[in-house]
Amino acid sequence: MTAPILEILGLSRHFEGLTAVDGLELAVNEGELIGVIGPNGAGKTTLFNLISGFDRPNAGSVRLNGVDITGSPPERLARRGMARTFQHGRVFGNLSVLDNVLVGAHARLAAVRPGWRGLGPVGELLLATIRPKAVRQEEEALRVEAKGILARFGDRLTPRLDHPAYSLSYANRRRLELARALALRPHLLLLDEPTAGMNETETAELEGVIASLKASGLTILLIEHKLGMVMRLSDRVLAMDEGRRVAVGVPKDVRDHPEVVLAYLGHPARRPNDDANVAAT
Amino acid sequence: MGSWFDYTVNGIVIGNIYALLSIGLALIFGVANLINFAQGSVFTVGAYLGWTAIHYLHTPLPVTVLIVAVGSGALGAAIERFALRPLHQRSRIAVLLATIGVSLVLDQTLQLIFSAEPRAMPSQLPDWRLPIGGVTIGAIDLVIAGFGVTAAALLFGFLRFSKLGWAVRATAQDPDAARQMGVDIDRVNVAVFAIASALGGVGGLMVGLFYHSIDITMSFDATLKGMVAMLIGGLGNVPGAIAGGLILGLSESYGVALFGTSYRNLFAFVLMILILVAAPNGLFSWRRELPPEPMTGTFLAPSRPLGLPRGALYALIAAAALFPLVWNQPYLLQTLTNVLLMALMAFGLTLISGTVGQISLGHAALLAIGGYASGLLALDFGWPFVASAPAAGVITALLGTLLVLPALRMTGHYVAIATLGIGEIVALVILNWSGLTRGPYGLSGIPAPSIGSIELDTPRALYWLTLALVVLFGSLQGRLLESHLGRTWRAIRDDEVAARAYGVEPLRYKALAFAFGGFGAGVAGAIAAHLYSYINHETFNIQLSILAITVVILGGLGNVLGAVLGALLLVGLPELLRPAAEYRMLIYGVALLVLIRYRPQGLLGTA
Repeated sequence: MTAPILEILGLSRHFEGLTAVDGLELAVNEGELIGVIGPNGAGKTTLFNLISGFDRPNAGSVRLNGVDITGSPPERLARRGMARTFQHGRVFGNLSVLDNVLVGAHARLAAVRPGWRGLGPVGELLLATIRPKAVRQEEEALRVEAKGILARFGDRLTPRLDHPAYSLSYANRRRLELARALALRPHLLLLDEPTAGMNETETAELEGVIASLKASGLTILLIEHKLGMVMRLSDRVLAMDEGRRVAVGVPKDVRDHPEVVLAYLGHPARRPNDDANVAAT
Repeated sequence: MGSWFDYTVNGIVIGNIYALLSIGLALIFGVANLINFAQGSVFTVGAYLGWTAIHYLHTPLPVTVLIVAVGSGALGAAIERFALRPLHQRSRIAVLLATIGVSLVLDQTLQLIFSAEPRAMPSQLPDWRLPIGGVTIGAIDLVIAGFGVTAAALLFGFLRFSKLGWAVRATAQDPDAARQMGVDIDRVNVAVFAIASALGGVGGLMVGLFYHSIDITMSFDATLKGMVAMLIGGLGNVPGAIAGGLILGLSESYGVALFGTSYRNLFAFVLMILILVAAPNGLFSWRRELPPEPMTGTFLAPSRPLGLPRGALYALIAAAALFPLVWNQPYLLQTLTNVLLMALMAFGLTLISGTVGQISLGHAALLAIGGYASGLLALDFGWPFVASAPAAGVITALLGTLLVLPALRMTGHYVAIATLGIGEIVALVILNWSGLTRGPYGLSGIPAPSIGSIELDTPRALYWLTLALVVLFGSLQGRLLESHLGRTWRAIRDDEVAARAYGVEPLRYKALAFAFGGFGAGVAGAIAAHLYSYINHETFNIQLSILAITVVILGGLGNVLGAVLGALLLVGLPELLRPAAEYRMLIYGVALLVLIRYRPQGLLGTA
């Protein structure tokens, strides 16, 4: 068995008078899709912020491919192949659809960002002005790739390549955010409620996209409230409540775990799969 | 020993005035989350109101104070109601710029009514001085201290015991919650602006009585000092603001005693930058969270820039180049050269403030650095213009970026304040570093621009030189905006957090924008220096910075062509309409207010 791609060890984050994440442990293997569930305020998004470097833990550590990345800034983690989306959607409103995706590939720019010691930024400015062949080729290849990524969403985004992102519908902004994350060519993808605000058809469509990403071998952490989707997609599910790990395991076991039922519904008599989203399974 | 006591008394008295200003700023920041740049103008209006009452009506002091308090209070309420409330849903940086517009309008109106000449303030107090030990305290000292204490006590009582006072405090804590509990936020805002302005206005009157003289330039100084005092105490912290005023007054007073008067403001601004960097919450709020700030530092309105087809652009450039052959009128060409210089300056600013979203209020300082660098290289080392001007660009890019580094980690309001402070520090260093800059004498006899042995001393040649540079820098910037840098800069502006998630290092790209903008501004400053042949520490002042940001907003934030159009309209038009010259600054102020309210995307759209 190979080493896990992501290891979370005793991770804790306290805010004033509140423990958002409390001694969390998790190991994610390569190619796995782990669903993260839990009621509002369970600490799911805080966990994502801690993994992706937007917040620093009070205790514990995070290891990516065996390297300790606790407290690394997000821009460095992006270069290590970690991409994330945001709970409420954060596209660049005044950038075109295509440019949004291209920013996603920023960490991969090589020809235009030479690692000249001390002179890197100056070199970048000069190369952006002069644009030698290598730079032009890199840019052109990224554009082709970006259009390919957008084509994953059928003709939802492709006809709107030049439209500013603020003009997109809510669902399209969520798709665009996922497309931007894919442009990073991530090894590890963190999705924070990617289907929030989508209707059933749109949700099913996105579920298909995520399933195909998983099939391509991408490792994914998925926060999602729509339990049916989580149960279908996940290899394993992590259930959280009040910052703690309530249960982790294959979807069926977690779904039937009494504490999960209690935490989710506050009612021991009913099971989470009574939820309308799950009824279809 | 005696003189130290004098400095202390002086510091406390001036500190009381600063406290009157900063209490008002803190109250307004508390409820409206806004740094009110018009506070100093209201202070000056108060001083002139008092002067008018004493001069024409011979009112006794208590009546004068009452008139000033009521008049300034009403003015403050009017500012809130008519200039700021319509911007209610806009980002706070838009409202901040609107207060700068209000300040310009008030200052210029005062200047038109009372002229720029200082006015002697008739003394209304007995001339006795109270001897204490070997030193004396004057009546005015006691009046100012007394008023400060009384005002603080009244304010405390109001906030603590009156219903409206509770509403003010509730709004300061959480405007949304306050509104849901039935608090009339509009009424709270008007009340706070009225109180803040009444305090500021009386402060202006007191300063007039203290120095026996008032003039228009008090305004800007007062805003800055109040702001620094508030920052020391912590944004929005009213008791902190009082302490901040006294700390600033005392440290200035002792600083002047040790180093001399020309260092007075340097202390204030260095203190301000230190506080911003080391303790942005002020000295008295250890545990308080940073006040909420907008995610992005700009108020970019969603819009698509109006593009010009390439052919039309070339035709326009050709027409501009051929223009002097047809119409070789020196005055017109000089005016157009000034327009082009402003465009050159505005390119960098529209990149920094528009494309990257970092509103800078100290851009003129970059021109000052460039002007002095090129001027000194020419005068002291005999460098030819073709070498000194590009060198000035490089020096400005390096020095400017280095100076602004502390501001690059800040967001929103803080960037604007910090760049303003850094700009003032540059001017004051130029004034005080006589060994290098010849201090207050400035640089004179800077040679006219020349290329090889060709002297560019005709209006036509200078016009062509600046036009060539505008075309060069404009097309360079256009090219950069099309590259990966353009989208990276705009991504930082739209959402710095999301940009970081994709590997964008905000500091690196902000610094790159400042360096590129600094290079252009440095060259612009160099040309200006060689063109004017004389510059001093006031040639490139805060008014120029404000004008540049107005040009940038008028043209459309981030829009290169818009910067040229903005410069043509704001620098060219008033110059050509000669009778309007007197009203120029007033026009800038009104233009700023109208633009922010009705067309925040500018004429050609944000890019």
